[in-house]
Amino acid sequence: MEAYIRGVGIISPQKTFDTEEFLPEVVEYSNNSLRCMEPSYKDFLNPTLARRMGRVVKMGIAASSACFKDSGIAMPDAIMTGTALGCLEDTEKFLLAIIENDEQFLTPTSFVQSTHNTVSAQIALQLKCMNYNFTYVHKGYSFESSVLDGLMTIAEGNGKNILVGGHDEMTDKYYRVCDRVGYWKKEMVPTMQLINSKSDGSVAGEGAAFFMLSPEASDKNYAKLRSLKFIYKPENQQEIESRISEMLAEKGLTANDIDLVIYGINGDARYDGIYNQLKDSYFKNSTAAYFKHLCGEYQTSGSFAMWLAARILKSKSIPPSVLIGDNRHTSIKNVLIYNSFMGTDHAAFLLSQC
Amino acid sequence: MDKKVYVTGIGIISAIGNNVAETLDSFNSLESGVGKLEHIASRHKDEIPVAEVKASNEELTAMAGFSSDYKNTRTALLGIIAAKEAVKSAGITNIREFRTGLISATSVGGMGMTENLWMDYLDTEKSGDWLRYIESHECGDSTEAIGDSIGVKDFLSTISTACSSSANSIMLGARMIKQGLLDRVIVGGTDSLSKFTINGFNTLMILDREHCKPFDAQRKGLNLGEGAGFIVIESEEAAKGKEILCELTGYGNANDAYHQTASSPDGAGAYLAMEKAFSVSGLRPADISYINAHGTGTEINDLSEGTALDRMFGKKVPMISSTKPFTGHTLGACGGIEAVFSILAIKYNMVYPSLNHVHQMAELSFTPVKEFKKNQQIDHVLSNSFGFGGNTSALIFSRAKIEN
Repeated sequence: MEAYIRGVGIISPQKTFDTEEFLPEVVEYSNNSLRCMEPSYKDFLNPTLARRMGRVVKMGIAASSACFKDSGIAMPDAIMTGTALGCLEDTEKFLLAIIENDEQFLTPTSFVQSTHNTVSAQIALQLKCMNYNFTYVHKGYSFESSVLDGLMTIAEGNGKNILVGGHDEMTDKYYRVCDRVGYWKKEMVPTMQLINSKSDGSVAGEGAAFFMLSPEASDKNYAKLRSLKFIYKPENQQEIESRISEMLAEKGLTANDIDLVIYGINGDARYDGIYNQLKDSYFKNSTAAYFKHLCGEYQTSGSFAMWLAARILKSKSIPPSVLIGDNRHTSIKNVLIYNSFMGTDHAAFLLSQC
Repeated sequence: MDKKVYVTGIGIISAIGNNVAETLDSFNSLESGVGKLEHIASRHKDEIPVAEVKASNEELTAMAGFSSDYKNTRTALLGIIAAKEAVKSAGITNIREFRTGLISATSVGGMGMTENLWMDYLDTEKSGDWLRYIESHECGDSTEAIGDSIGVKDFLSTISTACSSSANSIMLGARMIKQGLLDRVIVGGTDSLSKFTINGFNTLMILDREHCKPFDAQRKGLNLGEGAGFIVIESEEAAKGKEILCELTGYGNANDAYHQTASSPDGAGAYLAMEKAFSVSGLRPADISYINAHGTGTEINDLSEGTALDRMFGKKVPMISSTKPFTGHTLGACGGIEAVFSILAIKYNMVYPSLNHVHQMAELSFTPVKEFKKNQQIDHVLSNSFGFGGNTSALIFSRAKIEN
């Protein structure tokens, strides 16, 4: 199961939307909660409709629109998206209304918008796209499931232009709630210091990133997505390494063939050891990069990483802000992404130059 | 794509029973699970009937095989109970023997707990072991609890496409087997009642104040329910030597692309999903012996689904019923629960009655089956599931041709 990445569209805490430039400068944060740089939505939605939509729905519509434009595809053969938390803002709105008004005087708008499948549904509705439509909601596997489905759909011969994506939003309240179970750092850690942090917890993030997958070669393609593996609750480092070895062997590769590894390092002392051990031993000859200082930690952050890998492979350049150490390779042919969310849902992606 | 997908196990819990045997008893005695809400402190409890599982969370914890210090959401507990029954009924003793996955589905995940604790979560003055429920809010958390309880490690995922969620988890599992990615998958869904969904559907004014009446001209809406339904599907190789309940021959997914919550009047999305399911199965509409309809009892669903059925079957709609007057509409779980019913219909050659139907809908050519029909020849069952966001899905279960 393989596919080309034909087009991308991404809204993130960095300047990634509506720009040809590839991370020209780092937008720095020091409040432990990175929020997206949102575009003006009037180009994508009529204002009446936009007013009724939650933030993540608008981000999803705009980022997917950018992906359609970038790939030159007006109507996808299938739409599958991943979101761990769904439409958090509207969920909270309806929840609070129930609590504060003791289940009275409620209106349906926020309930209707709160359903987890709102983004993929709204994309379909805007396009009048009656094709296959799925929404995955599995924590750190939400986006990964959508990509796997995209690869399967292509392997089945059920489509040539498959929209996959990940989207999650953070709210002030949910940040506070997750803080109670140790998700975030207690001290404020600025963006470029995250990798040096030695304390527990990470910084919160969010984003919406979409990709058009296609079975057809083209000059426009960013990269070839060659493999995706789920490694659920690995028992030890050895299990992680043997699963990665298997994955590479299926493609006739070894660790030495991987020019660049993009790690999900998030500054959390509880989990960064896994990445560092891969970096320092199994992938000791590969160039190393990370990304969560730029987008924050969130369940669908794999989508930011896949965008980063695709852009690196297309532009044949690595932005200095994501490098750990030196770039040891003159050309980048094979990229592996290793990411996990809170130590349970690990995943590895393999992408190659077209 | 000649690979077959066999059903080898089923597990269910809903308002009409905590397992398959109790469920069959309730059907036999025509006993609906719809009644008064007891396990949620809602101001609507006397006015909005629901189909609640007849057990407290403590009782469910014990039924799931845990001691009282195991704490999880009702959604996870219901799922664990049904998934364990499914695994047991498939005769699986070593879950690692084959590459095994779990694909669950849910609409609101751990909301039943979040809605009670939300204000406490935000109050840093308050603390307690209830803080552990924060992480159980996410839909995927119940799936991981189910997966860990039965030892699944090779693949886990969760789908939320509103009321079609668990039909889609069944479809994804079947596709993964056909693609050779997994040898067997436990597929289905789980959802518990919550104030969130009761009030949400109430604001949409689609909750019947009495027992729901699917496909009745005077239908007034749906009754919400809760529960979980899981089935075990296996590749031919993995199922070898086992009792095969039936074959999953068809599946289809489409989008109505008409409105965020309402179905199109002509049921275009529903039609497309069924059409795709027929195409995958290689069957024709005339082959279907029984349809387990989505049939929620809302004005819009039943007209939309009925219109699509009339078109699909050329007004020669086979025996059809909605089992939602028994179980209520269990949202993200209904595709899994109704898959279990569809499989049992084939196993026992029977058709469930559509309760509470009195008045013929003028717009439709068919009347749902009103009596419990036994001694039928049921070889192919079509099961429909449709949801908010235009998500439409159809599954076809068929009597397995090769008994081994």
